[in-house]
This record gives sequence, C-alpha cells and structure tokens, in this order.
Amino acid sequence: MAKVLMKGNEAMAEAAIQAGCQAFFGYPITPQSEIPEYFARELPKRGGLFLQAESELAAMNMVMGASASGARVMTSTSGPGYCLKLETLAAMTLTRLPAVVVVVMRSGPAFGTMKAAQEDYRMNGNGGYKVVTFAPSNLQEAAEMVYEAFDIADQYRNPVVVMADGMIGQMMEGVDYDKMPPKRTALPPKTWALHGRGARAGKKPQLLFLPDGMGHYGAKHYCETQLYPEIIRNETRVEITDVEDADIVLAAYGTAARMCKNVIRELQGTVRLGMIRPKTLWPFPYEAFEQIGPKCKAIVVPEINIIGQMIDDVRIASAGRWPAHHVGDSQNDFLTPNRIRDKVLAVWEGLQ
Amino acid sequence: MISSVRFHQDACKGCELCIHFCPKGLIQTDTAVLNANGVHPTKITRQEECVACANCAIMCPDGVITVEKF
Amino acid sequence: MAIVYERPKSLNGAPFTYCPGCTHGIITQQVAAAIDELGIVDDTICVGCVGCGGYIAWFMDTDAIYSLHGRAPANATGIKRMNPDKVVFTYQGDGDLASIGTAEIVQAAHRGEKITTIFVNNATYGMTGGQMAPTTLVGQKTTTSPYGRDAAHCGKPIRMCELLSTIDGAAFIQRVAVNTPGNVRKARAAIKRAFQCQIEGKGFALVEVLSACPTNWGKTPAAALDWIASDMIPYYPLGNFKDFQ
Repeated sequence: MAKVLMKGNEAMAEAAIQAGCQAFFGYPITPQSEIPEYFARELPKRGGLFLQAESELAAMNMVMGASASGARVMTSTSGPGYCLKLETLAAMTLTRLPAVVVVVMRSGPAFGTMKAAQEDYRMNGNGGYKVVTFAPSNLQEAAEMVYEAFDIADQYRNPVVVMADGMIGQMMEGVDYDKMPPKRTALPPKTWALHGRGARAGKKPQLLFLPDGMGHYGAKHYCETQLYPEIIRNETRVEITDVEDADIVLAAYGTAARMCKNVIRELQGTVRLGMIRPKTLWPFPYEAFEQIGPKCKAIVVPEINIIGQMIDDVRIASAGRWPAHHVGDSQNDFLTPNRIRDKVLAVWEGLQ
Repeated sequence: MISSVRFHQDACKGCELCIHFCPKGLIQTDTAVLNANGVHPTKITRQEECVACANCAIMCPDGVITVEKF
Repeated sequence: MAIVYERPKSLNGAPFTYCPGCTHGIITQQVAAAIDELGIVDDTICVGCVGCGGYIAWFMDTDAIYSLHGRAPANATGIKRMNPDKVVFTYQGDGDLASIGTAEIVQAAHRGEKITTIFVNNATYGMTGGQMAPTTLVGQKTTTSPYGRDAAHCGKPIRMCELLSTIDGAAFIQRVAVNTPGNVRKARAAIKRAFQCQIEGKGFALVEVLSACPTNWGKTPAAALDWIASDMIPYYPLGNFKDFQ
C-alpha cells in the first residue's frame, strides 16, 4: 500500500484498526472529533464496536470494562476530557488493564480554546502511576505510535497514552501503512479476561481489582519498583540530532520539534544547533542529555505553552550544566519557527 | 420432627434477626458459645416444634442457617 | 430430606464483611440464589461499585470487577458489549447510583443496555459513615444533615424507579424491600426476572431494594427493618413499574 494522504486524527484511528483495535468508546471534543467519526464509519464494517458514550468519564469506564473482557480497546479525547478520564486511567494501572488513550491537546485550562497546545504534559491522575506516553511529531509517526501502543499496553498490562497536539490531529500528510512497526510476539495471554468463570480452566472465578495474589500495596509496589523500571529500560524513545558538537541544543516534542528542524536548517553556518526530541514523554529520555558535547552553552526548549512544562524535565536532565530557556506561547500564533529562531539568536548573542 | 435447622455459628454476628422472625419463638442466643466475631451466636431450641418455614434463614444476613425438611 | 434454605452456591464462602444486621447480606444472598436458580454462575460477570455494596465482588463465586464510584453501568456496558452472550450485573448503592452515578445509570437505561442492575437503597452513605444521600428521607438525621434533611435546602428524595421507568430502553423496573421474609421472597423473584430480562435480550433491567443500615441509622437490626416499613415504603412504594412480555 502506497502512501495515502490523511488527516492526523484519521491516520491514528486507521492505525488503531490495523493494530487490531476491537472497540472504541468516545465522546466528541475538538480537536479530536474525527477520531470517533472515523471509528463510527469504519469499525462496524471491520468487525469492531464503536459506541458513543454520554461523557468522557463514561467512555473511559467503558474502555475499562472492554479491556477487562480482554479486548483491544481505545478512546480519544482532548485536555478537558482527559481530566475526566484520569481517575479511570489510574484505576486501570492498578487493576493492570491495557488500553490506548489518544489525547489531542488543545489550549486550556478547562474549556480553554480550540487552539492546538502542549499544555497537558504533566496531567496525571492520583496515586503515582506511570503510563508510556508517546509524543508524535508527524503523521507517519503518529500512526506508528498508535499501532505499537496496543502491543506495548498488552505486553506490560498497562495503558498507553499517545499525546498529540492539535496540529498533529488536524493537519494532513502522507502515511504509509506498510511501514508500521513489527508486531510484538509472545505477548502474555489474557488469562484474566472476564468471560464468565466457565470460560476458564477449572472454572476459577476471576476478580479484577488487583492482579492475582496481590494486595493493594503489593500491586502498587510491584509497579513502582519493577514494572516501571522495566518499561524505562525497554521503551524510552528519543531522536538525537548533532548534539555532540552543538553550541545550543534544542529540546522539543511534537509540533514544536517539527518547527525546530526548520530553525536548524535556517541557522546553519550561524549557530551549530543540535536537538533532543523525546518521542516518549514518559519514560523521559534523561540519558540523551549525557550525549551533549562540551561546546554546548545552553538549551532552548520550545513548547506550545506560556512558561514551559517539559522544560522542568530538561532542567532535571541538565543537572545545572546548561541553562534552559523557554520559548513559546499559546497565544494567537502560539509558536512559530521564526519565534524559535529569534530566541535562539538572542540566547546566542547573550553568550558571546 | 419434620425439619433440621443447623447454625454455622462461626459466621454469626449476633444481629438476632432470626430470633425476631421465628414465628414460634424457637431461636435464642447460645450464651455457652462465644465465637470469633466476639458474639454469642444463636441456636435453635425445641427443634421438634420447627415447621421449616425458613424465615430465620431467609432473614439471616450472613447465611448462617441451613433449613432442611424431611 | 429437602433443603428449604441454605447459603447460595454462587457465593464463594468468604464471610460477609457487612455490619451485623445489614441487609446487604440478605440482598447479596438473594442475588446469588437467583443466579443459582437460573444456573448461570459460569456465565455471569459481577460489577461491584464503590461503597459497602462493592464488597459483593469479593463474595461472588463468579467473574467480577470492581468499578469506580458511580461508573458501574459504564463499566458493565464495556463488559457486556464484549460479552454479549454473558450475564452482566451491577450491584450499586444509593450514593453510587442515585448521586454520583446518575448520568451512567440513566444513559445505560437510555441505550437499552442489556445489563441487570441491583440498586440497594438504604437512604444513606453507609461506608463513609452515614452521610446524607439523595435518597435520605425528609427529616432524616445523618452526619451531614444533623438537624434532619430539609427539603427547602436540599430537595426531596429522588425516586429512581419512577425516573428510570420513563425511559424507553428500560424493560424491567421493580422496587422491592427486604424487611420481612415475604418481601425477601418477592425480592428474589424480582431479581430473577431482572436477570431473565437480560437473558432474553429485552433491555435494561433494574431492581431497587429498600435496605436497612442499622449502624448508621442508629437502630437495632429489627427496629431498622420496622423503619423500612413505617418510613421508607410510604415514600418509596413497592411494586413493578415496568415489565416485559
């Protein structure tokens, strides 16, 4: 299959169906509504279930029920709806139920505006859980990440979030579905799935509140001390470009990182720029910053928000070695390559 | 005697609903026993007068009572 | 020798953690007894709620899941849609169903979701220590209505059966009580029919069970049952609101 021109939201929905998504529960919210629309159109034709829920809250709890029944299941939303889903997402990390949640970020807080933004970086439910959080920077990658997210969720019995910004959801680009990541083999069988005890060997009833044989503290302790470190070892993704001899390193994800590539080209011969682009926001690629060479004087962190969110993790990774400068806004024309270029030049001049 | 009423006394919490609902007043607290719940469980007296209506068992919130009819 | 009554087989044998005299124990047994009578223990999935009612998930010898506060109908929707040939039921208290979870229960009924809901109404929040519920009677003292529920301040109690029976997708709605042996027998029959409603694919089914909370009502178990008859049933009339052919 050759490249097809698709809208980001539709590209992610199609990737999910190709990954074997059997059910989608969702609720309309801009800028992700094309995802439930695509599922409503396509999933019934391809043997799956689409159901529009009464709220994001209910949609996520339907996801929990379908996941508990062993299905590959997905929902999608934007920031205001993601808030409502977080209690259930947290519950699913404790109950160890896999699912894929696509968040197409818009400008908040709360109702906010429909504009694309990167403002939900730190949004979390209660209890200190972690979920793999992908951050696509183009539509091919968005499709690949959604596709792979189902395998990762099943492998670790832990939900996976794909955090796209509104630009990724709304823009159009070519996507090649022949280039999806390889299917993971030897995924653990879902022996815990609820189909009535008669479907299980020995008719042993299954209670899905905690994994078998674990108390609440034990389940949580296992996740925090064993499961999450394993995920950090295996699933941290980052794109590192020319940081060894860079004067300034750009650190950005999603659409902001896309803009950085223009700036790097434009400033060739003026400033040597490198880039660290986290593809997973959790696990955050802290170790990538160890590759930064001795000439580096500063890190510039473009984000589509007003004072920066990911910049905190960049500062942790920097450990005081380089100052980190935010650039970006969620105002009218939020972030542009020109604004990033101007910030880089200002920082560069300040260093001379 | 037309019935057998058995009390699984370990599970009794001493709410006494069985005493309240026995139409013949056959059930009473067994003060000779103190179970792990810290209560004197109930027991049947005068088994021969029981008519096996099972009201005691139906109203027992803890499923303590088994009633059989011959 | 015939067994007239014994602890239902669909329970796993764990001792109930309900308070002494709590009629959750009676209702849990009647649900299990209905499952026994229908012979569906192997094919039933129980969806627990948050509150005392949620403990049922630990007592059933069926597959079970514990769901978030008020969300059991949504959770059950996900399960039923993936298991259309299985029997899925939620067991929810009045704080769970009639307060935080009104959207989920109304919408499950609205979709005609083929699930069965056992709604335990004891006019209070039991697990958290006896606070006012939407079902708390006018004048009833609770820890958050210490002077008695004031209708002018927080309205009159909500009648869920009457509300839900106006929805087309609801196929079976009945209110029962467990204050007397006769009413418990009627409750069992209603619960069984609510399961049959689902098995026959008729639509959403709900049985509201008027239940006692002696601990938080500050009454003996027997006096609490009397209060169901004297105060609750006059406001929450027993009977069938909707049935299927």
